[in-house]
Amino acid sequence: MKSQQYVLKMNNISKEYYGTRVLNNINLEIKAGEIHALLGENGAGKSTLMNILFGMSVIHSTGGFQGEIELEGNKVDIHSPLQAMNLGIGMVHQEFMLIPGYTITENIKLNRELIKKDFMNRLMPAPLKQIDFDEMNKEARKALDTLDIGIEEWVKVAGLPVGYMQFIEIAREIDKQNIKVLVFDEPTAVLTESEAENLLKAMKKIASTGIAIIFITHRLDEVMEVADNITILRDGQFITRKNKADTNVFEMAELMVGRQIESMVQHDVKDYDNQPVSISLKGFNVAMPGEEVRNLNLDIYQGEILGIGGLAGQGKIGIANGIMGLYPAWGEVLINGQPLTLNNPKESIKRNLAFVSEDRRGVGLLLDTSIEMNIAITAMQNKDKFIKKYGLFSQKNHSEIRKHALEMIQKLDIRCIGPEQITRRLSGGNQQKVCIARALTLDPMILLVSEPTRGIDIGAKKLVLDTLIKLNKELGITIIITSSELAELRSICHRIAIVSEGKIEGILKPDDSDTDYGLMMSGEYNKLKSKEVI
Amino acid sequence: MRNKLHVFIKQFGLPRIIIVSFLLSLCVLAIIYNLSIAGLLSDTLVRTGMHGVLVLAMVPGILCGIGLNFGLPLGILCGLIGGLISIELDLVGFTALFTAILVSIPIAVVVGWGYGILLNKVKGSEMMVATYAGFSAVSLMSIGWMILPFKSDEIAWIIGGGLRTTITLTERYDKILNNFAAINIGNLTIPTGLLLFLITMNFIVWIILRSKAGIAMKAVGDNPRFATASGLNVNKYRIFGAILSTVLGAIGIIVYSQSFGFIQLYQAPMFMGFSAVAAILIGGATVKKASISHVFIGTFLFQGLLVVALPVANKMLTEGSLAEITRIIVSNGIILYALTQVGGGE
Repeated sequence: MKSQQYVLKMNNISKEYYGTRVLNNINLEIKAGEIHALLGENGAGKSTLMNILFGMSVIHSTGGFQGEIELEGNKVDIHSPLQAMNLGIGMVHQEFMLIPGYTITENIKLNRELIKKDFMNRLMPAPLKQIDFDEMNKEARKALDTLDIGIEEWVKVAGLPVGYMQFIEIAREIDKQNIKVLVFDEPTAVLTESEAENLLKAMKKIASTGIAIIFITHRLDEVMEVADNITILRDGQFITRKNKADTNVFEMAELMVGRQIESMVQHDVKDYDNQPVSISLKGFNVAMPGEEVRNLNLDIYQGEILGIGGLAGQGKIGIANGIMGLYPAWGEVLINGQPLTLNNPKESIKRNLAFVSEDRRGVGLLLDTSIEMNIAITAMQNKDKFIKKYGLFSQKNHSEIRKHALEMIQKLDIRCIGPEQITRRLSGGNQQKVCIARALTLDPMILLVSEPTRGIDIGAKKLVLDTLIKLNKELGITIIITSSELAELRSICHRIAIVSEGKIEGILKPDDSDTDYGLMMSGEYNKLKSKEVI
Repeated sequence: MRNKLHVFIKQFGLPRIIIVSFLLSLCVLAIIYNLSIAGLLSDTLVRTGMHGVLVLAMVPGILCGIGLNFGLPLGILCGLIGGLISIELDLVGFTALFTAILVSIPIAVVVGWGYGILLNKVKGSEMMVATYAGFSAVSLMSIGWMILPFKSDEIAWIIGGGLRTTITLTERYDKILNNFAAINIGNLTIPTGLLLFLITMNFIVWIILRSKAGIAMKAVGDNPRFATASGLNVNKYRIFGAILSTVLGAIGIIVYSQSFGFIQLYQAPMFMGFSAVAAILIGGATVKKASISHVFIGTFLFQGLLVVALPVANKMLTEGSLAEITRIIVSNGIILYALTQVGGGE
């Protein structure tokens, strides 16, 4: 066995989704007992690579992939997660896949239950065989002990702290007899610091038993602590493979983010100290599930384009949703110095805020309603536009709605059959333009745009971004763009605030270095900078 | 050609094509059995006008997002109270009819408001809750009919307490709309007044749907998250829809009674919601989408089926009670079929 150097080799892996290349000639090589960190931004291709390794159906239903996978020197074809499991590849999920009403043992042994070996049981058909709980408890105990977890194996999972749940997931994987490769997908994202420390210790211990670990994370300091080797992906490309000893946090941050930035506009350098503040957030909290904002402070100046960036799940999406009153928010929001009543969408619209939601089809559009009504409805309901009044009674002003819609269709270049077409039939880019048109119909002072280019093609992307710049320049609208695409933010914003763990990690200029961006995104900027000062 | 047919089927909807062909085959049978087609058509028109407003009551419910209003009996009960009060006041003719309607509207508004609040508390299972809200209200009012202090001899039993199960309208406003400006062409009678009333009610609803509140209500029903983001109070407009539906239910039963010639109390309103639901579904509506045209098409098809199926069944099965059984099978069968179409096409 010693002659086989690598337990897992993924050679020249490429994958296309509907003509878009998401992975390009990726190589990954892992030795037994090695902890191998896989780094990259959201959308770099880490999940796709892991989906390929697990033979997930999304891969095969979209035309498979190119390249080959070798396990212990043998070429393998992995068609299903079950097969991957049988081959000894395990996964610790980001979201816990545990059954709350079952005990820890039952969860660990789920679908791999041990059967009692007495005579009667042998005669029973498989679904009716008796389960040997004593034996199962013993094995579960062993797995838990490997991880140094003192918790009793007969406790129900429901109500356990998340830290424990993570360990139960791991225990389930290492309890499998033939496990060779174990994937940790951002295991520390939901853990507290001490829990994370325990987890890293456990990882080292597992690795020392000869299991290879693929460690996916955004936290660079954890990588430095446990990883032996590091592979970095960016935009589906293999960037580099390094030994931990040959690199440092700064270099990794730069390699993760680094890319050519082409600025779409040349902004005049503004002296922000003398600009009036448009929106001021003080101790702002938003309880948006998965995107919580915690005690955030931020000033947005009049007439600027402010970008809000950061990794998924850090809370950047929550800010705009909180200001618009769509998710429970508390704290203080001042608009031009006047406090805004929170948790009241109508009030936010009245204060001349307009919002283009990141969830275009869920929140942004009435999918079975015409383009013209989609554009007009919010202004109609909140500003009494497009309405003919007859005393108590009102009727929609059809001709005015039509006129306005045609104007918008022309101005924003919405490609459609006509203003009566329902929005469900439009392409993503054109749907987005309808959303922007509706926001503009409100004549906003401040425009909040979330993920304006998600899921739309490159041509439409440029059009949408150009439109935003035009609005800012010509009408002086203050624009707040939230986006996962850093390059996009850097190409059009005056300033970019990076959010990490629900707070502003720092505010950067578009031409600041990739290293700074990378460090802020992974939430290490302030930690490292303060160390440097000392 | 094939393609055109395909497009036609998609636009008109397969369920409707099936129902129409079933109706046509029944009509062929009716001709074979030598039944009067003009008579059947007259009956269909009368029943369309008679049930039309009740079916129309489904539209605001569907559009505001509470789904098919199985709680229609609530509105019907309000209408019945209005009808009784107008008799108690000893009114006759159009005065009686419109007084009944005007009295029932405020009652229906209050009931619809409470009903809307109830439905806001059970989002996601409105239709099931509505069904049982209707059932319980009918049962509760069965006690109500026993103790309400109506004095008129026409309404109350002369001996003992409580109200009659069936109250004749012959002296009051029996068929007053049906006969208004009715046109006779041979054997065919067109109940002009009744149909005009139905058209007027549809027009009023159409106007409401184009008003600011109506548009808001449609947005709430279509996508509540969108509506919230547009600053609309979702619960408020759902209540608005529930009130509108209940009021139409109240008006609907009064029109129904004048055409039927009787007011029926106690258990009678129990299942009236179902035929209205079936009619609008056959008309092409879904749980999320409905329009005025669905009301006309659906009511005509549904009532047409019942009107034609009964005499045909009578001729086919001369055996005493078998015809009645057939009628029940056909009408419930259509309702069942319609309910399987809840998802609908596009």
